[in-house]
Amino acid sequence: MTLIMKSATIRRSKVKELSAEVVDSNPYSRLMALQRMGIVENYEKIRDFSVAIVGIGGVGSVAAEMLTRCGIGRLLLYDYDTVELANMNRLFFRPDQVGMTKTDAAVQTLSDINPDVVLESYSLNITTVKGFDTFIESLKRKSAEEGRSSGVDLVLSCVDNYEARMVVNQACNELNQTWMESGVSEDAVSGHIQLLVPGETACFACAPPLVVASGVDERTLKREGVCAASLPTTMGVVAGLLVQNSLKYLLKFGQVSPYLGYNSLKDYFPAMEMKPNPQCSNSACLQRQKEYIQAKPARDALAKAKLDAESSSEAECPLHMDNEWHISVVDDSEAESSNIGKKPDALPDGLVHELPNADKYQEPPASGETSAITDDLEELQRQLDALNSS
Amino acid sequence: MEGWDPSTKSALTQIPLLTTRAGPRDGGPWTQRLKEEYRALIAYTSMNKSNDNDWFRISAANPEGTRWEGTCWYVHNLRRYEFQLQFDIPVTYPATAPEIELPQLDGKTHKMYRGGKICLTVHFKPLWAKNCPRFGIAHALCLGLAPWLAAEVPILVDSGMVKHKDDEATSAES
Repeated sequence: MTLIMKSATIRRSKVKELSAEVVDSNPYSRLMALQRMGIVENYEKIRDFSVAIVGIGGVGSVAAEMLTRCGIGRLLLYDYDTVELANMNRLFFRPDQVGMTKTDAAVQTLSDINPDVVLESYSLNITTVKGFDTFIESLKRKSAEEGRSSGVDLVLSCVDNYEARMVVNQACNELNQTWMESGVSEDAVSGHIQLLVPGETACFACAPPLVVASGVDERTLKREGVCAASLPTTMGVVAGLLVQNSLKYLLKFGQVSPYLGYNSLKDYFPAMEMKPNPQCSNSACLQRQKEYIQAKPARDALAKAKLDAESSSEAECPLHMDNEWHISVVDDSEAESSNIGKKPDALPDGLVHELPNADKYQEPPASGETSAITDDLEELQRQLDALNSS
Repeated sequence: MEGWDPSTKSALTQIPLLTTRAGPRDGGPWTQRLKEEYRALIAYTSMNKSNDNDWFRISAANPEGTRWEGTCWYVHNLRRYEFQLQFDIPVTYPATAPEIELPQLDGKTHKMYRGGKICLTVHFKPLWAKNCPRFGIAHALCLGLAPWLAAEVPILVDSGMVKHKDDEATSAES
């Protein structure tokens, strides 16, 4: 009993610098060991990063705890909901936090776990006009001192609905902010994470979720319940995949997955890449795509310089002393040019590509003139009011 | 659309479609969109009245037209049940549909999300997505809220979750 009392009052103090010293009292010794083992070049850099987590539910709260324990510099937490007993089948929140806003409850727990992390709590609905403005402002707040359009290094979307994902997508496209999306299926047995780099990879609006054709009778409404299933396991796995990918992205180690699925029934992990849609309905996405394609020469030059630097350091001595058969490696571009008289993507006469080439920026076709409604807005309001009052 | 009843179908074809793809953060084009929303709502409301099928009142609660409030009602066993109706226009509108709220029914049915947002996922969201930006508020009421009320109000009344206001008054007196 006294032990419990004692442990409840212990608060660790903040640390100035991450130490690699292996002692029981050092909260970062096991993390700094990543550096010693050659996995991460500079783990201490984690303290410079800010991550925004939108949606502090089954995935978001666990992701927040993981990043907190990793010693992330700053965490921004967004949610409009409160903790309920129905949330207790998931990790992180405790029954005594029922009734608190999820962001405040999270700050309470996280600041106890690691007082070094700067925590910001935003209890608001980002899909409303007002909430969205606050959301954008909070993301941009530290941008001046960092010299970029956004003040955070990564946004993690851990929301549970399409509308909120579209809002995060909108904000990140506008701010040119890299983000990761996560989701768990309604039946709780599969999930996914996805990396979204505006202009470079598909945005969330580029490939809208499969719009299943209607044929829905209003009577079928009764069959489906809104209450979705959830499991702490699936949510924990997805949060783990999400934060692992985030750490790889921030600390630059391993390969950052562009998309990783998780099917728990068959333990199948599909991975894939998605290019942006040149006909995306999101105008900010099209703008980012344009910038990305326009920056291609510079990017190619940089990649080539890097490759040259690597090869020059390697090509000091020939790999094979004799080359009896005169075998040589030919560059891809040379091989293409030897294929004379035929353009690489030439089509037979009479055929045209339906979709534009993704590597070239195409001006979107000018939309047909919007039918000019000359009516006065106030006049229309009066008409509706008249109908309403009659 | 095969599964919809003929009267909903004929109502739908008579609501003017919208053309401007603009949300509340788009300035001028949003005003244009707002005019189209009003036109569709005026057409739908007057059609309902002339068909003796009037079932809602809705008007903008702020000058920007991003917040809408009103009432809707449903007749079950010859008695009229009326509910408050409200919703915000989301920042990503019209890519995402408005989330229609009936705050008085919050917690009374599980066909609802937090804050009394009615569940539109199965019967309405796919239609909205396919018809963006041609559908507006009037379409959301016709294809989203109307079938929800038709499916849910009888259950809520029969299970005693929702009481008619006359019965509530008498039970309070006794």
